[in-house]
Amino acid sequence: MIRNTASGYGVVAIALHWLMALAIFGMFGLGLYMVELTYYDSWYRGSLELHKSAGVILAFVWMFRLVWRQINTVPTGLSQKPIENLAAHLAHLAIYALLAALFVSGYLISTADGRSIDVFGLFELGATLTGDNQEDVAGDIHEILAWLLMGLIGVHMLAALKHHFVEKDRTLSRMIKPE
Amino acid sequence: MKKLLLAAAFSAAAMTAGLANAADYQVDVKGAHASVNFKIQHLGYSWLTGRFNQFDGQFQWDANKPEAAAIEVTIDTASIDSNHAERDKHLRGGDFLDVKKYPTATFKSTSYKPTGKTEGVLTGDLTLHGVTKRISFPVTKLGEGKDPWGGYRAGFAGSTKLKLSDYGIDYNLGPASTHVEMELHIEGIRQ
Repeated sequence: MIRNTASGYGVVAIALHWLMALAIFGMFGLGLYMVELTYYDSWYRGSLELHKSAGVILAFVWMFRLVWRQINTVPTGLSQKPIENLAAHLAHLAIYALLAALFVSGYLISTADGRSIDVFGLFELGATLTGDNQEDVAGDIHEILAWLLMGLIGVHMLAALKHHFVEKDRTLSRMIKPE
Repeated sequence: MKKLLLAAAFSAAAMTAGLANAADYQVDVKGAHASVNFKIQHLGYSWLTGRFNQFDGQFQWDANKPEAAAIEVTIDTASIDSNHAERDKHLRGGDFLDVKKYPTATFKSTSYKPTGKTEGVLTGDLTLHGVTKRISFPVTKLGEGKDPWGGYRAGFAGSTKLKLSDYGIDYNLGPASTHVEMELHIEGIRQ
């Protein structure tokens, strides 16, 4: 129930999956929205503070999820074709990697001048790397990665729907109902 | 034939010398005895100051012929530095300087009218954000003379107020922040 089995996901993995899905879409939307806000919008500063704080929290959740994945069985893919199971596995790893790169690049924008990131007023995440034009380079990379992640998540979702409606297997339902 | 070429070369040299009758100075950017600073009101409550870290310039100056003074300055717009990376990133972007499209800002003087021994009004073309406008502003010579290392230097200061929307920068920073004050401090080494 709590932990994964060879055939299905436990409640922790399912909760992490949907919680992060929600957070990732929220962060993407917030990111696109906040850069369009103008100086006199009352949320001009608040939106950025929220994006930074939530991003740091999401990074910690990501780390926990990776640890949880390591100490659990990863359920085997349900496709009849081994190549599809391999592709799905690689896509999952790529999503993890893109998220990591997004965390790092985002962190490098806000800490480019040695400032730390204040996380919801709870604690501060200090700067490490600082360099000339770091905020611009990291910013461009952050934006490109965000779109790449959305593209990959789109593929991930289409694949899940294909499994559910075309192959009619348990790929999607086992990510909803815990084993 | 050789003589003719030589004569041509000499007359060409004489003509150039005649044009550049004031001494040439290179702005001391290497030693950082020059700066391009700006300040703009924040909400009307305080001044926000910053500068451009990368620029280059040359000027001509002769204390006996001040009206012949001329200057050219090129600023690397991406080098804007307001001591806050997130803000600098915003300032470099499309809302403000759009440094990818307009990587440099230039000022080329067209005339200098002395109004005193050390004062004058400089007129020239400022190109910023792809817009060229003729501006005039007062300039003060602080001093000139030999430096302790075998060179000869002259230094000036000038400031002017620019309306951001004149240069196509119309991001709303509030009614108190429509203009930016530019300060130019330069020291040149005579070549």
